[in-house]
Amino acid sequence: MSGGHLGNHAHLHVPGATPVHRLAPEAALVGLVAFAVAVALTPRTYVAAFAVDAAVLAGVIALARLSPALVLRRLVVIVPFLAVAAVLPFVGGGDQASVAGVEVSRDGLWAAWGIVAKAVLGATASIVFSATNRLPEVLTALTRLRVPPTLAAIVSSMLRSLDLVADQLRRMRTAMVARAHDPRWLWQARPIATSMGTVFVRSYERGERTHAAMVARGYSGTMPDLGDRGATAAEWVAALVPAAVAAAALVVHLTGTGG
Amino acid sequence: MKAGETAGSADEIVVDDVRFGYPGAPRAVLDGLSLTVPAGERLAVLGPNGSGKTTFALHLNGLLTPERGTVAVGGLTLGPDTLDEVRRRVGLVFQDPDDQLFLHTVADDVAFGPANLGWDRTSRDAAVADALAAVGASDLAPRTSHHLSGGEKRRAALATVLSMAPRVLVLDEPTSGLDPRGRRELAELLDTRPETQVIVTHDLPFALAVCPRAVVLDEGRIVADAPTVDLLRDAERLGRHGLELPYGYAPPAATPGQAGG
Amino acid sequence: MHAPDGFLSPGVALATGLISIAVVGLCLRASRHELGDAQVPLAGAAAAFIFAAQMFNFPVASGTTGHLLGGALAAVLLGPRTGTLVVTVVVVVQALLFADGGITALGYNVLNMAIVPAFGGWALFRLFRRVLPANAGGVVGATGLAAGGSVVLSAAAFSLEWLFGATAPVPFDTVFGAMVGVHALIGIGEGLISGLAVAAVLASRPDLVAGAADLPAESLRRGAPVTARTFAIGAALVVLVMAVVVSQFAADDPDGLERVAEDRGFVDEGRDHALAGGPFADYATRGIDDESLSLAVAGATGAVLTLLVGYGVVSAVRRGRSGAVT
Repeated sequence: MSGGHLGNHAHLHVPGATPVHRLAPEAALVGLVAFAVAVALTPRTYVAAFAVDAAVLAGVIALARLSPALVLRRLVVIVPFLAVAAVLPFVGGGDQASVAGVEVSRDGLWAAWGIVAKAVLGATASIVFSATNRLPEVLTALTRLRVPPTLAAIVSSMLRSLDLVADQLRRMRTAMVARAHDPRWLWQARPIATSMGTVFVRSYERGERTHAAMVARGYSGTMPDLGDRGATAAEWVAALVPAAVAAAALVVHLTGTGG
Repeated sequence: MKAGETAGSADEIVVDDVRFGYPGAPRAVLDGLSLTVPAGERLAVLGPNGSGKTTFALHLNGLLTPERGTVAVGGLTLGPDTLDEVRRRVGLVFQDPDDQLFLHTVADDVAFGPANLGWDRTSRDAAVADALAAVGASDLAPRTSHHLSGGEKRRAALATVLSMAPRVLVLDEPTSGLDPRGRRELAELLDTRPETQVIVTHDLPFALAVCPRAVVLDEGRIVADAPTVDLLRDAERLGRHGLELPYGYAPPAATPGQAGG
Repeated sequence: MHAPDGFLSPGVALATGLISIAVVGLCLRASRHELGDAQVPLAGAAAAFIFAAQMFNFPVASGTTGHLLGGALAAVLLGPRTGTLVVTVVVVVQALLFADGGITALGYNVLNMAIVPAFGGWALFRLFRRVLPANAGGVVGATGLAAGGSVVLSAAAFSLEWLFGATAPVPFDTVFGAMVGVHALIGIGEGLISGLAVAAVLASRPDLVAGAADLPAESLRRGAPVTARTFAIGAALVVLVMAVVVSQFAADDPDGLERVAEDRGFVDEGRDHALAGGPFADYATRGIDDESLSLAVAGATGAVLTLLVGYGVVSAVRRGRSGAVT
């Protein structure tokens, strides 16, 4: 095992040479945030606007040549919240409507739709971003976007330790299950928690050595920019297209239907 | 900067009466350590695990500050004002190359030091190319470091400090994790380098292959300082300080007039 | 806990976003002094640890699982300000790269998962440290209890935000009851894991635990004399007490006066007047039997939260000042 390398996060990044991949990471990051904001601001009754947003995302996914199956698989993280959304029509108050013979709350249905639509669109945009940008480049982007160096340093230190920690936790769990330790009661979780403490100390000591190796080479808290160049004006424009379309859909809807 | 120095005659490293203990630890790791290394010399620092070798190596780069005593490199005494310059002069190669190679590609790792020094893109690229060529690893530049072999990692780690044009190389246990061929190649490589070298190790045959002079570190101070070959032939003395030659290894009888141990 | 985009109204997202940015900014300013060279890898390791730990769910009761929030743990290890930064980093990276939690939900996610648990948890930790013995066991116990309590605080904070920014017709009462109830259970797991993790760190590197910085290393190295079972029972008790106290306020039996008011149709009218154009989300107050009681619960919860978080801030600042001498 060789932990501690940003390269090990390659599983997030899907290699490619498409325009989406080539986009400067800082522009992509700002584009992502702007798109998420535009989606979040869209009232949930503007169904057509959400359709436009989804179409834009589908276009970006196609342009990046990402497999839809991969995107769907990564969307699993929001399932718990979709479950919460699914119960809203049944617990919500207000007007009741009848859907297939079941009485449900009209407001609850709208609320569920709003949460599902916004969560899926926002999460999909994040997934496209992480699939088309390498982590070291994302770190460079943070520096270029003037994220405070302390935060950027914690992020990069965290990402370096992450593989190591995740891998050790996984191995410890396997080792415990192999010894038929199947925690069912809370206090039986003690070996897990204790071994997690050990993992923490180990990953800290590793991080400390890497940090020392960086300081030894003149690092003073700010990552030097090893990238080729910053984003060009054209890249900024391109990155903001999805957000602009989403915002336009929102505005058209506002003016078209009189609010 | 090198022009002003008289190579070979000046003492490159002067360590004077250094004492250091980790906070909370009951006793000092280094206790009254003094040592001088002339420019261009290759010195082996020998000692068993826990003898303070790594702690000593970290002092040479200013990563640790002594409680008492001084460390000077090329006439510059380590202190807050000289720290950056000393770190530029002293290239420290850590025991585990994985600690040193943390970026996405070997080229980025090698460029990290020069980038911290504020070199522009052109001189940075030149330094990266030179450093990789010097360790025979030009082909590794675009590779991801965690896919490299032990020997490749070791050479890449060395390149990450060579790119900063240091005057002193400090290597901590450079042979750990290397197979016999990797060790031989590393010894040959170090033999070609003009920098002053301090090699911290418990690998006695490797020390003999690379360094004419060796010191033994035990209980925080230097307890022996002699030609490496003489030290290696004194098995009883080595044993007293927790050092042992590999089984079946016999040091060459180099110095005339002395019988092998 | 990682709420997705659009879970609360844009107004609340913006307001909590501004609060979070301000607090994180202040933490950053303070950390410039306390976050030395050695602290960055420690913060990174803590962040990686919390990040990874959040991927593993632990059993709470049959059928229910929870995952670590980590705010209180980070605060005990690194102090509340660096702890806040650490969990903030985790939450932001999860949103940007793993689509776990919405980007526009970062305001309330950072507030609920980083700021409230770190400062609130730190306040609880300091309070428990006062009553527990000044040794490793005391530190571990205080960590566990504070971590358990911090999860409940986090759930309460979310409920309060719901009052202002509900997006679904579920009244505040229901959200509050469900959130605090479930999180009281999750808090037991949080407390157990945090306490034992700190015990393990204390056993090998007591110097890495900021919350134990006032104790001599020798007294900490001896190990924690608290067994996991004692600990789980203790944590469960504390959480139970908190839940009971809270539910006392939340009891929704209408009393005599309300009954009368309801029968005569006061309630609807009163509500319309009192809340027309008020700060509370329509949804969160619709269908509540007793407006004033609910708001009293909300007010009391807000007061407790503010007091605890405030105490956490004050004790962090005080500690920072006295620590600045070294």
